[in-house]
Amino acid sequence: MSARRRAGAPTDSHLFPTRPYDLVKEFSIALLAMTLLTLLLAAVFSSPDDKAITMQQWAQADPNDVVATAAGELAGTTTSASYGAPYNHASSGQQLGPLSLQRWAGVRIPVDSAQAMVIGPLTSAGSGPLVGAALRVWNAAPASARQAWASNYSDALSSAPDGNPAAVKPGNYGPVPVLAQAELALAKAGVLEGLLTTRKTFYGSNPTTALLLLADGSYLEDTARAQHLGGDQWGMMNETGNYPGQPWLWLYTFWYQISPFSSSGNADALVWGLMAVLSLGLLLIPWIPGLRSLPRHLGVHRLIWRRPVMRPGG
Amino acid sequence: MTATAERGSWTASLRHRLARTVPPGQVLPDRQPAYVASWIYVFGVLSLASLLLVLASGIVLTVGGPTWWHTNAFGHFVNSTHLWSVELFFATMVIHLWGKFFMAAWRGKRGLTWVTGGLAFFGSLGTAFTGYLSQTNFDSQWISTQAKDGLNAAGIGAYFNVLNGGQMLMWHITLLPLLVGVIVLLHVVLVRRHGVVPPIDETGWLPGTQPPEREQPPEPAGRAEPPAPVEPPVRTDERVPTARSRS
Repeated sequence: MSARRRAGAPTDSHLFPTRPYDLVKEFSIALLAMTLLTLLLAAVFSSPDDKAITMQQWAQADPNDVVATAAGELAGTTTSASYGAPYNHASSGQQLGPLSLQRWAGVRIPVDSAQAMVIGPLTSAGSGPLVGAALRVWNAAPASARQAWASNYSDALSSAPDGNPAAVKPGNYGPVPVLAQAELALAKAGVLEGLLTTRKTFYGSNPTTALLLLADGSYLEDTARAQHLGGDQWGMMNETGNYPGQPWLWLYTFWYQISPFSSSGNADALVWGLMAVLSLGLLLIPWIPGLRSLPRHLGVHRLIWRRPVMRPGG
Repeated sequence: MTATAERGSWTASLRHRLARTVPPGQVLPDRQPAYVASWIYVFGVLSLASLLLVLASGIVLTVGGPTWWHTNAFGHFVNSTHLWSVELFFATMVIHLWGKFFMAAWRGKRGLTWVTGGLAFFGSLGTAFTGYLSQTNFDSQWISTQAKDGLNAAGIGAYFNVLNGGQMLMWHITLLPLLVGVIVLLHVVLVRRHGVVPPIDETGWLPGTQPPEREQPPEPAGRAEPPAPVEPPVRTDERVPTARSRS
């Protein structure tokens, strides 16, 4: 067929011969088939439901991690404490070339990690005279002293065997060891979630602070990696167990597995930028020269429209 | 109602507008162009059917509340049907999308049909994603704490907080299903308005044209009779009324 003829190929479906086609019957059969298939898959494979990690579970499984995380929150060295927007001003956030989208969006979900995750819960819990005295010392101290105590203690925990607080060498830690141990006690008692989510409100439907604290520790990630859910294990699109998860996110997850995204400090911004461009490209295919003609050259359409209804000469 | 009486009537205007958009005979036609004869066409309706199942199972889950399915065997089964209907929905929708790509289904002023299909896909991604965040289990904890970084880096997380389970649940059960529903409705309306896109190579499909040589089945040795037509009888004298002809 010539190029001229192709360019003039009719695109109005109403010019073509028709044949009987029962749309309602087709839909009814499709609905029945999909219903049966769904019920079958649900009955045979069920669905995953690994219980949410509780702070108590974390404290029992890895108490040293809880203490180290609490000390890190006080020192301002955890992921959340040093995050930047939308939680705080601790960093400028990720860049997409010259664009600072993260910073420009602003601190709309303010989280003071030390106050919200450690000092606030301990103050509300009223954990006895020793903790009360430690809180008074902490609150009365200048920021520089707090920073020095907490950083010293975090470093000492890192140097101790298995991060064991009992093995920490003596040092200038101020009230931080007492506060960190008190945080562990709240977690072990099973009351930390409540203090993090419903301390200031009766109805707790926003666990942002609790999730940030959990993610600041290493227990959540260790548990996820054991289930092959790590970021470098295509974790975003997987879910627990042998379930398909979200395979439709494969392209988004793919970029995180390769360089330069896998090693970039701006990986999230770069991947989102790239996916935005690709998504826009998908939507605009009909108007992109070359791309819009690709199907004609690929020829797959011949597998779809392979049975002309007109006989030769008909 | 006379033309004079109809003038100024909002109801009549809306009726005329709807009739111009999709003429009555085109809403549910009982005939289709003869080239609509491939299994690939089934995947559009399969994705619609599975979308209905997603909505139905989601509504049942809604009745019990966000954590009901953790403690109730029937609730867990309903959750399983919700999960698998979503998996089937995406599987059929992606096949449908690829099929339409290979057909270059945007031809003939069908660009908006393609765009609404793409938007339905992206809207479904967001809806499914918020569903994973609303499970109130370990998956929700892990996925939300991982996903926050991408959304925050793009400046979206400041407004769409994936760590806020209440916000994500509301998006999942109201805003996003409504958005997807409206887009899918628009998509279907556009499909019905413009009809199914004709073959890229029309040869053999229009009266008076010849099927290309490569389309001819080889003549079996010793076969005396010509091959029978493979399609139901076609009619060239009947056309589905077009939006263009009515407007």
